[in-house]
Amino acid sequence: MKALEEVNLPDNLRYAETHEWVRLEGDIAFVGVSDYAQDSMGDITFVEFPQVGDTFQKGEQFGSLESTKAVSELFMPVSGEILAINESLAESPGLVNSDPYGEGWIVQVKPSHIEDMESLAGPDAYRETLGGEE
Amino acid sequence: MRYLPHTEEDIASMLETVGIESLEDLYSTVPAACRRSTPLNLPEPLSEWELDNRMSALAATIAASPEYTVFLGAGNYEHFIPESVRYLLSRSEFVTAYTPYQPELSQGTLQAIYEYQTLVSRLLGMEIANASLYDGASALAEALLMTARITHKEKIVISGAVHPAYRQVVRTYFSSTGYEIVELPYLEDGRTDLSALHGMQDVAGVALQSPNFFGCIEGVSQAAEISHSVGALFVTAFSEPLAYGLYKNPGIQGADIACGEGQSMGIPQSFGGPGLGMFATFMKHVRSIPGRLVGLSRDVTGKRGFVLTLATREQHIRREKATSNICTNGSLCALATAMYMASLGRTGLGELARLNFDKTEYLKAAFRSAGFRIRFSSPTFNEFVVEFPPGFDTLHEHLLEKKIIAGTRLARYYPELENCWLLCVTETRTREQMDRLVREVQS
Amino acid sequence: MNQFPGASGLIFDEPLLWEKGANGRRGMSLPPRDVDFALPDEALVGELPDLPDLSEMDVVRHYTRLSQWNFGVDQGMYPLGSCTMKYNPKTNEKQAGLQGFAAAHPLLPDSLSQGALKLIHDLERFLAEITCMDAVSLQPAAGAQGELTGMLIIYAYHKSRNSKRTKIIVPDTAHGTNPASAALCGFQPVNVKSGEKGILTPEVIARVMDESVAGIMVTNPNTLGLFEEHIIEISEIVHEKGGLVYCDGANMNAIMGIADSAKMGIDIQHLNLHKTFSTPHGSGGPGSGPVCVGKHLEPFLPVPRILFEEGLYRLSEEFPQSIGKLHAFYGNFGVLVKAYSYILSMGPLLQRASQLAVLNANYIKELLKDVFHLPYDRPCMHECVFTDKEQHEQKISTLEIAKRLMDYGFHPPTIYFPLVVSGAIMIEPTESESKETLDSFVQAMKTIAQEAKDHPELLREAPTKTKVKRMDETAAARHPCLTG
Repeated sequence: MKALEEVNLPDNLRYAETHEWVRLEGDIAFVGVSDYAQDSMGDITFVEFPQVGDTFQKGEQFGSLESTKAVSELFMPVSGEILAINESLAESPGLVNSDPYGEGWIVQVKPSHIEDMESLAGPDAYRETLGGEE
Repeated sequence: MRYLPHTEEDIASMLETVGIESLEDLYSTVPAACRRSTPLNLPEPLSEWELDNRMSALAATIAASPEYTVFLGAGNYEHFIPESVRYLLSRSEFVTAYTPYQPELSQGTLQAIYEYQTLVSRLLGMEIANASLYDGASALAEALLMTARITHKEKIVISGAVHPAYRQVVRTYFSSTGYEIVELPYLEDGRTDLSALHGMQDVAGVALQSPNFFGCIEGVSQAAEISHSVGALFVTAFSEPLAYGLYKNPGIQGADIACGEGQSMGIPQSFGGPGLGMFATFMKHVRSIPGRLVGLSRDVTGKRGFVLTLATREQHIRREKATSNICTNGSLCALATAMYMASLGRTGLGELARLNFDKTEYLKAAFRSAGFRIRFSSPTFNEFVVEFPPGFDTLHEHLLEKKIIAGTRLARYYPELENCWLLCVTETRTREQMDRLVREVQS
Repeated sequence: MNQFPGASGLIFDEPLLWEKGANGRRGMSLPPRDVDFALPDEALVGELPDLPDLSEMDVVRHYTRLSQWNFGVDQGMYPLGSCTMKYNPKTNEKQAGLQGFAAAHPLLPDSLSQGALKLIHDLERFLAEITCMDAVSLQPAAGAQGELTGMLIIYAYHKSRNSKRTKIIVPDTAHGTNPASAALCGFQPVNVKSGEKGILTPEVIARVMDESVAGIMVTNPNTLGLFEEHIIEISEIVHEKGGLVYCDGANMNAIMGIADSAKMGIDIQHLNLHKTFSTPHGSGGPGSGPVCVGKHLEPFLPVPRILFEEGLYRLSEEFPQSIGKLHAFYGNFGVLVKAYSYILSMGPLLQRASQLAVLNANYIKELLKDVFHLPYDRPCMHECVFTDKEQHEQKISTLEIAKRLMDYGFHPPTIYFPLVVSGAIMIEPTESESKETLDSFVQAMKTIAQEAKDHPELLREAPTKTKVKRMDETAAARHPCLTG
């Protein structure tokens, strides 16, 4: 496992306590899991997706990640409608490990409350929450 | 005691290491209020030789083949088991190992289970099979739970010609859930009456058994078609898989899940258990399967090997969200069945199945010519229902004294089938034994 | 002593079954055909499945080679925590194989199966005596099915009192089967945390216990190998609000002849005959999970039940409040024969077996606690739990320690369980292992701890002496190949 200082947390993203990140591109929010989350889970073997068109409240479970030895639930960092899922993860779930902030994105969301973004942490505040976990 | 290796010196030295005075001191954390007030009141230990006598005496009171000529089937079958299978199965590397959680030390079990999964899939005409469940009854309950998980519907339909005990187990498994269980009646020819199924709403799964409890071959394709037309998954259950050495398998007839009892393939009868829950389905349902799965993989040097896989479905990882609570299953019985199928081979399976069928047809014909009615007209495999004159009970008792067990009385399960008896003929019955049965019944 | 049992020898490769054989070969003798060919309905006849044709020798060599890639209790110490890998006596196998037992049909008339029925009846009485409970069902085919039986009994009990309860309390140390069994029965598991000492505190239970809770599932001793010292108080809290106490008896091997389940307030308890009562694990079954209950729950036990009347044993289904059936017949009778033989061979010495199992665990705990981190440094029962914390600095984890143990000829302990201990290494030696074997195991563990400091690569590359090296479990899960 990576030491805390080795965890890559890009500045341009917002993070949820449950380890999802959000990146806004125009009206669309890309959602994935942080480098810390992928590293703690180990090799991802399967991504369970929601249906496109489903809507979720912030904090609701929308899917899950599986490794060989664990299942980790995915929670919505912002309320909204699922616009797209990253279909390439069906064949290559390892992208979540190798490129968690790029090709490893999980869903695209149309946020219904853009102010949800403000309650999410920046990289430094998020990194601090990681210290307490073991 | 020969199972306990500790000498008094060992114990003294170990107690010293632990830093206590006596074995009793080991239980300092057990409050006095939690302790027994009396010592174990069990019989004094028997030596191995006394045990032999005791157990032989018990076993000798039980009526078993070959001393008795047994025509009982009904979910538990007498078949020959090659000595090679018994012998291989007694290898302690298989017997005394745990579930293969550490693949590097369990390749024997893992490859054997992978082969079992493959042979079962081929036998049943399905894509994948799990590593086993407890028995045919719980396998059927698990299959129906799986149909509810996949379809999110709330009604379970099960044929009344499914083994009565299997139906009871299904009801028990579903008893604390809100699902509705609908039973389909059987027709005059011994097959399931599917008419109520047309247009039925909110059905998760439909289950038929073929050959069914009466030994009759069901119209599986038609049942699968109707089930699918109402949006349900279709389950074919069985208690005698040897039938698929003659008749069409569940997969080719449209079953979504095939499950049942594997005892007849290499497992001793053992008063009904342990048996083997066989469970097979298609790859698209793999994440909903209950129980363990073995998969092919490679080690770091690229060498072929096997591992337990897709364990995220299981209780030790997913806990209350698991596809089943099953942990210990029936591995050694699965191995027995794989060894048995390997010994039979394709050719042997076909011949053995034919022999069962032909002998059964011989007895049916003999009963017919003796003037008895074969109750159901549908084709059968190695079991059938015959109607004897009223009062056959007494004759049945009388035959027991002659060491012939002439089948199971059906009125116990189906009050309307008074005087009807279910008989089974496998390759272990000889023509002479069958002739004798017919003679005795006629007299 | 520095001689470890792990060594290398000639290992045979062996292809898959269907990569062997030739059409027309035969591995099984069929009886002579003494009847004519009959005419099956052509429309129903199917294709024969594609099974390989093999000779008897092909089959024997195949499985003999496969068996040699396995590790069992008969080869070496198998200290798998919470699994009780004790010695499986050979005479038990012989008894289960007696023709009268092995060839008994389950639907024999009672009069012709008295020996089998007596065995079931006596074994029920023995298990009642060992647990101090009142009534027993031997029907559940494994521990998890015993748990399901228990949950269904709890459901039926509340229903009979017109009380609708929806939740079951499950501690964080529980086996995964506990919450899964509760959920299968429609209950919502309520997770509770163990206290600082690794055991449940009455306060935590009191906080979640109310009239919506049907009961609690406790494992005692728990999976940290610790006795739940507050069990009586906890039972009182649960009973006071009308709930029932279920005990997972997976760890009964620690307390036979010592503890009294009834006094502890336990209403239902399952046992694992394949753990405590020496029946073999068989590479993952068949097992047997009898359920023991107090008098008040006896009416709910599965049917059929065994009755002894006028000198005869008989099966009876006449229990209207019964939860029904869990098994097509009477459970795993063949396994019951083995457990019965074991109890007859041990008698009251079962208590001694428990004491020695606990002694062995405490001995290992004392000898290893300076080398491996021991999260709960208290007297343990039949198993002790260490972690990999001391090895973190070398970036060595529990998995590597486990794999390296294989090279020394020991089966690894249970790892990463219980979940409440990060990097858990859970060691259960059982009473079967002698002091010399324990010493050798301890020495191996110490050597590995030293290697973790000096040559961590030895651990990362382990195992080296096994048939296959570290397996790629990720690839297997990403692209499952489940049949050939």
